[in-house]
Amino acid sequence: MLNTYVVYVENKPGVLTRVASLFRRRAFNIDSLTVGRTEKPEVSRMTITVDADHDHARRIEANLYKLVNVLLVENITNLPAIVRDLAMIKVAATHEARSHVLELASVFRARVVDVAPESLTIEITGAEDKIDGLLEVLRPYGVLEMVRTGIVAMRRGKSSTVSSTAATDQDVSEDDVSHSV
Amino acid sequence: MTRQHMSGASILWECLEREGVQHVFGYPGGAILPAYDALKGSKIHHILVRHEQGATHMADGYARASGQVGVAVATSGPGATNMVTGIATAMLDSSPIVCITGQVGSKLIGSDAFQETDITGVTLPITKHNYLVTHASEVARTIREAFYVARSGRPGPVLVDITKDAQQSTCEFDWEAAKPQLPGYRPDLSPERKEYEQALELIHNSKRPVILAGHGIIISGAMNEVREFAERAGIPVALTLLGLGAFPASHPLNLGMMGMHGEAWVNHTIQEADLLLAFGMRFDDRVTGNLKTYASNAKKIHIEIDPAEINKNVKVDVPLVGDLREVLHELLPHVESIDRSEWLDSIDKLKGDAAVRDIQNLPDSGHLYAAHVINDLWRETRDGDTVVVTDVGQHQMWEAQYYKHEKPRSLITSGGLGTMGFALPAGIGAKVARPEADVWVIVGDGGFQMTLCELATIVQEKLKVNIAIINNGFLGMVRQWQEFFYERNYAATPLLNPDFGKLGEAYGIRSMTVTERSQVVPSVQAARQHDGPVLINFRVEQEDTVYPMVAAGASLHEMIRRPSKIVETAADE
Repeated sequence: MLNTYVVYVENKPGVLTRVASLFRRRAFNIDSLTVGRTEKPEVSRMTITVDADHDHARRIEANLYKLVNVLLVENITNLPAIVRDLAMIKVAATHEARSHVLELASVFRARVVDVAPESLTIEITGAEDKIDGLLEVLRPYGVLEMVRTGIVAMRRGKSSTVSSTAATDQDVSEDDVSHSV
Repeated sequence: MTRQHMSGASILWECLEREGVQHVFGYPGGAILPAYDALKGSKIHHILVRHEQGATHMADGYARASGQVGVAVATSGPGATNMVTGIATAMLDSSPIVCITGQVGSKLIGSDAFQETDITGVTLPITKHNYLVTHASEVARTIREAFYVARSGRPGPVLVDITKDAQQSTCEFDWEAAKPQLPGYRPDLSPERKEYEQALELIHNSKRPVILAGHGIIISGAMNEVREFAERAGIPVALTLLGLGAFPASHPLNLGMMGMHGEAWVNHTIQEADLLLAFGMRFDDRVTGNLKTYASNAKKIHIEIDPAEINKNVKVDVPLVGDLREVLHELLPHVESIDRSEWLDSIDKLKGDAAVRDIQNLPDSGHLYAAHVINDLWRETRDGDTVVVTDVGQHQMWEAQYYKHEKPRSLITSGGLGTMGFALPAGIGAKVARPEADVWVIVGDGGFQMTLCELATIVQEKLKVNIAIINNGFLGMVRQWQEFFYERNYAATPLLNPDFGKLGEAYGIRSMTVTERSQVVPSVQAARQHDGPVLINFRVEQEDTVYPMVAAGASLHEMIRRPSKIVETAADE
């Protein structure tokens, strides 16, 4: 099954290579990996999805912790979380198809970010299946180009320990997890 | 200490001294020259090697013989890449070494400058951690962190790559302010209460338990605890190759080495057990054989400091993640004394049957077998403070079978990586770490020729290292595999060797050649009496075989045994 990890790492040169190298070396296949800054300048945050069974998933976590620059690893696969992917899709849209494409985009709450004589570019943000859905209905019109960011994820309600306190503080309270939408 | 204005190079040596370093093994070159220039002000003794691979193996041998961090130094580019094999060796055997490499100036990085290699990139998967230092102000903290990471938790190699300008430029040196800052590094894990209780329940309910004793016992310094545990609970102890010495060979509960070339009774005991207690070992494939049939009726308790080892190869019932010594301290007061004589008697029966197959019971037919050499060497050196350093191959397995190790750190060998060429330099490192010990390098004729240039290091440093070459004119272990699995097609395994005796003499090392068993003991005695390094060229039986053997991928109890003809001869005697 697809596992989603949120990995907090020290914002230092080479850390992305260390993480990527670990997955390669242990033959864990990365489905998607995103990395970016956080509210703390010294901390970077990765969202990694990997296809792995239960035992593999646990070993991935243990191996990530072996990297000295890794601060915290959360497997949020089975936790309430907000998961978002962003895609830009360039669709062939001549005069007669254009209104249909615009209609579909609006149904998916996607935005048109570029219009050209022969094409439309649509930007959509959402869970992966929503983007897959839009892609499917657009395909008959001709998808000319597509790019996706890979997912970013955040647990609902509670803040992660690395974000809220010092990186060394490991106390996690489960009480403040919110299950609201 | 007050603050001082110092160069990065001087800070390097100052920090090494403060970390307790007395010896470094190294080889100079362009990018590390500023550091070598600053060496003259240091109390550290630099040992000039002949190849950087040797420097890393020496640091490794030093670390394994003493328990202290070993240090190797090299220049950029080829100097650094020559260290790769030694670093990988230390990584797989959890040996704490710190490798310092020079790097081209920080402004030249990425320009393919002369002798530039991305050594932090190259060594990323084979170091516990590594650093690229580009400013003098980063040297102190990096060195402190490197030593801390190398020696704590599950030890391992750390590489510190320092640019030439970082060595040359100056900054304020403040040791106190340069404390390690490693917010993500947690080497001090310990099990939960519940896990201890589960482990104790399994132990007390077990009728046929075995302790699997690994390298972690020696690293953790848990020899007494393991012994107390085994004695109180009446549990026999099987050892991994790197575990040899962790539990006294002469102890009644000691079974000997397990695995591919473990004695038959050891492997049968493991297969028949109802509980395995894995102490600081990692269920390597050379130890388990086929995982599907490995100890299939046994529950498993795994005491291990590295959480990533849990359930990696063998699924365990109770993991206890933490320092072995501390975990055993917690367990010991609750371990009940149980009479397991029935189990121990049944193991003794297996033992009695297998012992007669042993080559050491063969009559002396004049042939020189490696097993004879090692057995005689053991008898001659067993009473002293002896460190045996072996290479990789048949002689390594014979040593493990016939040299009875009573004390920890009395055997140093490349286990996980199986690095040929390890023994001679590692033996040098061991001798530097423990000058009072009698160091014996046992090495095959193949492995010896991989790093024999370090004979010059022995002579230059006036080190009393004894070298026993087990010379069978073959890459023996590979030949054995060809014999068993490739229809005796001895492709590229026969060796045309130089006269090792003359070679040793050329280096100024007293050398002997032995071809008969009667000469073994006198040659060993002469070597021990000689005040200087000695090389003995033991010309042994060419096509001898290590028995028993579990073929790669076979079940642990499916062993290739010594052919019956020899067994019958032995039984007749």
